[in-house]
Amino acid sequence: MFKFTEENIKRIEKARSKYPTALAAVMDTVYIAQEQNGFISNEVMEEIANILSIDKVNVLSVVTFYTMYHTKPMGKFHVQVCTNVSCMLRGAYEIWDQVREKLGIENMHVSQDGKFSLEEVECMGACGYAPMIAVNEDYFENLSKEKVEEILNSLN
Amino acid sequence: MERIVLPDIPNLNQIDVYLTNGGFESFKKALSQSPDDIIDQVKKSGLRGRGGAAFSAGLKWSFMPKTTDKPKYLCINGDESEPGSFKDRQVFEDNPFQLIEGAIITCYAIGAKVAYLYIRGEYHKWIKLMQKAIEVAYDRGFLGESMKKTFGNDFSCDLYIHKGAGAYICGEESSLMNSIEGYRGYPRVKPPFPAQKGLWGCPTTINNVETITNVPKIISNGWEWYSKIGAQKHPGTLLYGISGHVNKPGVYELPTGILLTDLIFNTASGIPNNKKVKCVIPGGSSMPPLRGDQLEGIRMDAESLKEAGSAIGIGGVMVMDEDTNLLKVLIRITHFYHHESCGQCTPCREGTGWMEKTLHRILEGNGTSKDLDLLISVAENIEGNTVCALGDAAAWPVKFMIQRFRDEFEQYVKNEVTIPVPNKVHSMRNTSAPLANLHK
Repeated sequence: MFKFTEENIKRIEKARSKYPTALAAVMDTVYIAQEQNGFISNEVMEEIANILSIDKVNVLSVVTFYTMYHTKPMGKFHVQVCTNVSCMLRGAYEIWDQVREKLGIENMHVSQDGKFSLEEVECMGACGYAPMIAVNEDYFENLSKEKVEEILNSLN
Repeated sequence: MERIVLPDIPNLNQIDVYLTNGGFESFKKALSQSPDDIIDQVKKSGLRGRGGAAFSAGLKWSFMPKTTDKPKYLCINGDESEPGSFKDRQVFEDNPFQLIEGAIITCYAIGAKVAYLYIRGEYHKWIKLMQKAIEVAYDRGFLGESMKKTFGNDFSCDLYIHKGAGAYICGEESSLMNSIEGYRGYPRVKPPFPAQKGLWGCPTTINNVETITNVPKIISNGWEWYSKIGAQKHPGTLLYGISGHVNKPGVYELPTGILLTDLIFNTASGIPNNKKVKCVIPGGSSMPPLRGDQLEGIRMDAESLKEAGSAIGIGGVMVMDEDTNLLKVLIRITHFYHHESCGQCTPCREGTGWMEKTLHRILEGNGTSKDLDLLISVAENIEGNTVCALGDAAAWPVKFMIQRFRDEFEQYVKNEVTIPVPNKVHSMRNTSAPLANLHK
């Protein structure tokens, strides 16, 4: 059974206080749940619905609409490569191939040891500092192949 | 030139530095006037929205009902998901307090008690920076209940961050409101407009981060000062985000109405290896692209770009050099809009997919020149037939890229198909094979 930690329950209450309705806090709550559990399972969605006193379908509709919520476990390091136009013009597809080969996994797959997962993402808002990759929450910009190699090697 | 949104003052993101540089003085000045006066000044200043539509900010504010028993809301759009747009993060990073001050002045002018700042989920770093700035503002009594004491006035308002979760569509104002309310980011049918029925059915104003950050300076320096900067009909400065094939990409704050060629060749130091420019998208990937050989004399403001057959959008200039394969660029753009279509309206949900498939067929060498007309026809059937502007955003690049670079696209297609290609778009009309063999 998934249960929120005491600390996270307080964070959810704080998120809830920002809005006039409980439903509005669902996005923040899903983030908190994902942080605690790693991904959003059926069980987690039920608990989110319980804690906010909303229908489970509302949680499901949000989780399946937004791309940053994951319904299956991701790697410890979630590597995101932007291949949108500005990055593409500055060699993003070469970086994409490089990362894919280095990690040995395809888009939205997780490596066997659970260490890495890979995602080709749409524009991350780093167009002027292209090409870029993001690892979990951190941006790495103005990349070259050497820098990408260095970043991937440093992930432990 | 004095910069308005991103002044050249070190450590301006520290509250004390912001205060010694006249921070929150504009709000004090605003409090000594009536909300209607503030709206009037912003209207006269000519400040236009920086989120893409370039609509008069003051006029938008004036649509808010004066008497209502419902609460009013302000939404500040920092979703910034349009490819080519990376300016708002600079505001969060370098000048968060001017954004906060702009937000409280706007709340005062429209009578809102609560403002939501919507920031895209991927911007973890900038959300943290902005959250910290908001906490500091609360501690120092510039937000919340304690404002009443700080400013000796009855007015107070709250500012909260709403974190997005990876959906381009949430930059559309009605979709952004649905997202804040906890629903999928589906755009709403307009009318009713947000000023009548917005967040939770209450009167709401939505402005871009950059628009709001301009407001304090308009109040402190006066609307006349502001209206004289840059292009007459589209005054002020813009945060130009230049990306792609230029030597110095980045965000530059410059007046509106500067020459596009100046921006590319002087500000961004031209094209690497002195190559020629093939194509420029002047306002973010959804805006109609311009030919590199027709850039002379084009100025960066809403009117001039409209005349040149494009639009200012969010001022994200994407530059492509002579070696760029425009077919691949167009496929990438179309893939983006296909991926980001919310799926609500059929023309957009299906049309974007068909355009992408047809473009892929051309890339694989199986395209005919009829496909180019077909693409334009699909684009024209999406344009204007959807609830929100994402349909137009997906249609324009395809339509205008093919029209303006027809010579290049003709090279990728054949005039005759030699082998019958079972393609779904033409429903196999041109092949001799039976459509379905039902006798087996």
